Amino acid sequence: MAEEPKVTGATTAQGAAPAAVADAPEGAEAAESQTPKKPVDPDFEPEIIVFACHYCAYAAADLAGSMRLQYPSNIRMIKLPCTGKLEVIHLMRAIEAGADGVYAAGCLEGECHYLKGNLWARQRVGQVKRLLAEVGIEPERVEMYNMSSAQGPEFARVATEFTDRIKQLGPNPLRRDGVSPHAAAREAAGDVAMPEEAPAGAAAPAPDAASATTEKGPAE
Amino acid sequence: MITAERKPFDEILELVEGHKKVLVAGCDTCVAICLTGGEKEAEILASELRMKAEADGREVEVEHTAAIRQCEWEYLDMIAEKVEWADVVLSMACGIGIQSMAEKFEPKLVVPAVNTNMLGMPQEHAVWLERCGACGDCVIGETAGICPVVRCSKSLMNGPCGGSHDGKCEVTGPEKEEIDCAWHLIWERLKAQGREELMYVNRPPKNWSRSSSGGPRKMVREEAKPV
Repeated sequence: MAEEPKVTGATTAQGAAPAAVADAPEGAEAAESQTPKKPVDPDFEPEIIVFACHYCAYAAADLAGSMRLQYPSNIRMIKLPCTGKLEVIHLMRAIEAGADGVYAAGCLEGECHYLKGNLWARQRVGQVKRLLAEVGIEPERVEMYNMSSAQGPEFARVATEFTDRIKQLGPNPLRRDGVSPHAAAREAAGDVAMPEEAPAGAAAPAPDAASATTEKGPAE
Repeated sequence: MITAERKPFDEILELVEGHKKVLVAGCDTCVAICLTGGEKEAEILASELRMKAEADGREVEVEHTAAIRQCEWEYLDMIAEKVEWADVVLSMACGIGIQSMAEKFEPKLVVPAVNTNMLGMPQEHAVWLERCGACGDCVIGETAGICPVVRCSKSLMNGPCGGSHDGKCEVTGPEKEEIDCAWHLIWERLKAQGREELMYVNRPPKNWSRSSSGGPRKMVREEAKPV
């Protein structure tokens, strides 16, 4: 654990960020540390997996797109019906397959469609941070964020902030040629992951009626 | 049920050091319920071990599996193929399961990934408390359903002692947390049951030879033997 960048100050440095967003990594109090930044490799383009809740972050990403906001193309999304469906092994598999960073993006605390799914997710992210520390991989490579479906700009800000964090950290030492972290994470999530967006007009193979009706819905 | 806690990662690494094929074997009964050694936890530990090996530049194959119950021969047959493949089996079952594996697959090396700690119950989600010491001579019929063997810090048969204050024991737990005085609890419940007189019964020294002090125990049910 020799190289860990300063990351926890980034949120407050963004004056425009909505104050309601609580993304402080309190789940990993002991695991995080602040050490001087190391030189960033300008050619390093991290691969980042995002486990996004269908009700908030995924819709926020849609909104960010509609608003034509810029955010890094490093993130690869996996849609979940709720971050409460996220398991420790999903995050572990992504890192094991060489993902440079992984984060879960769930609803604002207290606003989970399933009441507490996002709180469970935060605990699981905390557990993964502890497990990664045991193995000797930077716990900062995983994180939990919260946002509402109306926070397109917040989605873009988080994507930018986390990508910057991972660029500071450098590549995941487990990265291997020919292994796709996104495919591995998707496979690990299995049936928990929801189908990718169907083209407009096509019948979406949604697992239930609710997901089809709220796909592009506003904040609940 | 039987509860267990995972060993520290460094200790696990030492146990499997030098082996090229590691099988993490979970058990889907007691240790799965206490969130320590079920299939999920076996998969997570296997992932951790692979990451560690990769980060250290060691070539190690790590697989995971789980038996429905590691403590019964029949269920071990179901994972025999994977065990065969491995150089070492890292069992996440309780001490019973680990020994069953070691006996069934002798001379295969089977090592523990967990510390079996008690016979307990979940008091609330993710909190387990010890409830039974398997002493072989149950007394809780006289003690209002509260076991003095494991819930009294001194296993007193005639309590409480002078160390009971305001319902708490003078002994504290490993995290310095307060422990309820078992004999205080017994007294309160006996009163509620209207059986206070049981508190004044003088119990002779307990026969510990029926506990583990009497050597390995064996139970045979003749009427249940196959015919």
